[in-house]
Amino acid sequence: MSDLANSSLGELAAALKARKVSAVELATLFLDRIEKHNPALNAYIALDRERTLAQAKAADASGKVGAQDTPLAGIPLAHKDIFCTKGWRTSCGSRMLENFISPYDAHVVEQLNAAGMVTLGKLNMDEFAMGSSNETSYFGPVKNPWDTTRVPGGSSGGSAAAVAARLAPVATGTDTGGSIRQPAALCGLTGLKPTYGVVSRYGMIAFASSLDQAGPMAKSAEDCALLLNAMAGFDARDSTSLERPAENYARDLERPLAGLRIGLPKEFFGAGMDDDVRAAVDAALAEYRKLGASTVEVSLPNSGLSVPAYYVIAPAEASSNLSRFDGVRYGYRAPDYGDLNDMYSKSRAQGFGAEVKRRILIGTYVLSHGYYDAYYLKAQKIRRLIAADFQRAFESCDVIMGPTSPSVAFAFGAKSADPVQMYLSDIYTISTNLAGLPGMSLPCGFGANAMPVGLQIIGSWFGEAKMLQAAHQYQKVTDWHARMPEAMK
Amino acid sequence: MSLTPEDVSRIALLSRIELSPAERETTREQLNGILGFIEQLQAVDTAGIEPMAHAVDVVQRLRPDVVTETDRRAEFQAVAPETEAGLYLVPKVIE
Repeated sequence: MSDLANSSLGELAAALKARKVSAVELATLFLDRIEKHNPALNAYIALDRERTLAQAKAADASGKVGAQDTPLAGIPLAHKDIFCTKGWRTSCGSRMLENFISPYDAHVVEQLNAAGMVTLGKLNMDEFAMGSSNETSYFGPVKNPWDTTRVPGGSSGGSAAAVAARLAPVATGTDTGGSIRQPAALCGLTGLKPTYGVVSRYGMIAFASSLDQAGPMAKSAEDCALLLNAMAGFDARDSTSLERPAENYARDLERPLAGLRIGLPKEFFGAGMDDDVRAAVDAALAEYRKLGASTVEVSLPNSGLSVPAYYVIAPAEASSNLSRFDGVRYGYRAPDYGDLNDMYSKSRAQGFGAEVKRRILIGTYVLSHGYYDAYYLKAQKIRRLIAADFQRAFESCDVIMGPTSPSVAFAFGAKSADPVQMYLSDIYTISTNLAGLPGMSLPCGFGANAMPVGLQIIGSWFGEAKMLQAAHQYQKVTDWHARMPEAMK
Repeated sequence: MSLTPEDVSRIALLSRIELSPAERETTREQLNGILGFIEQLQAVDTAGIEPMAHAVDVVQRLRPDVVTETDRRAEFQAVAPETEAGLYLVPKVIE
């Protein structure tokens, strides 16, 4: 394997600037690796060599490479297939959009294109981002590069597998209940979900609009910071996009951690976490104390309610968002039908997979006449209790840490028969989305069967730079993030 | 509480998702499993708590009332299952 395939964004930028490599050569290197390794992983579900190389050629000719305001120019990346990408098939992992060629770019894609980055392809995902194992994709599951009999996590499983296997330097992901952090943990990556509203949702196919947020998935915290710099920003086309001064998320990376107060929610360290995960997380916390941080116990008394509250709120919003898929304006239409209602019902029955249908049905039920107050309104009140818990906790700490996922990557089929068991994979990540807080996962060791373990860092609102600082300082004294699966070398 | 087969048919109708009789029974079991799981919310005292609809407390932004969109009908209709003369075609709705 060429060293370039395992390089950081900074190293790639330097190589490009020094003309040691061109954008076309870099894109070719990754496309060749994809050709070799993707059949075993199923991470990419759309590739278009010509289009990629044309974009790389344009980057080489643009004058952006090496320029101060476009530090990522010429570097390739890949997008989760939830982002509308002009001219590319954008399927969201669904039969519903199997033939959908997007007529426009998502804001995130526009920004990264403008930054001079080169799109390698589109990445597999759980259908409409609903899943924690990538087993709900219409295009088949993604395999974990550390052990192809195990799941990569989800829903951004394609993004996680691609970066873990070094089939892309970085990738975009989205996180509604843990969909960046959990696959990052299960594949040994660093991934960050920003504060709600930091990254525009325009052109990002909607699942649960009050929770969805896009973020970077990378090998290191430093790369996450650099990619987030290019992804974030105000966009008037997303009514929840926040108008804030631009931030350099890498600004605090090199600041030492002395004095950092780490909150450890006692609810995150109780029963339910596997012993191997606990051992790795405890060891990471010991490392943080060595770096000068202190730990303090905090309490999130309502965090146990986050999964049930989420499974009211997210399906409710999904049932409303996914009503747009009606077989009229875009997407799948059933071949045979009677009247208009029959056309809707058959198109949706055939176009959506089982998990998506389940969530639409649950959402429709909790919003239906007579049940709205008992379920939806109740869940929204509990959501406020969960957010208030965090607010109180952050009075005595700067960041919160704990496990990202209760277990390492599990085998295919292990949880797919029981939806509730699958939902509990996100037990430590969901409360962050409900509160709108930023969260990230970084590798902190290996557990059973030599599978990676993720440490979760939760920041206060707009605390991304502080989280990235904490992650980067840890990565300077450890090398978990630098490990890669042997079979992908 | 648990859903009856009639409840499932009603929800499927509201959702515009056709379910075969066999699917209806599995769906009923799975939905009841999920509803049983979310039932624990009912035990929480939420008296006086404002519902939280959104993660960040901001007010809706307004913009000047001017046209900002260009006409991209042809592009957008190119991905539609069936169009004619700039219109989306669906089965006859009014006899």
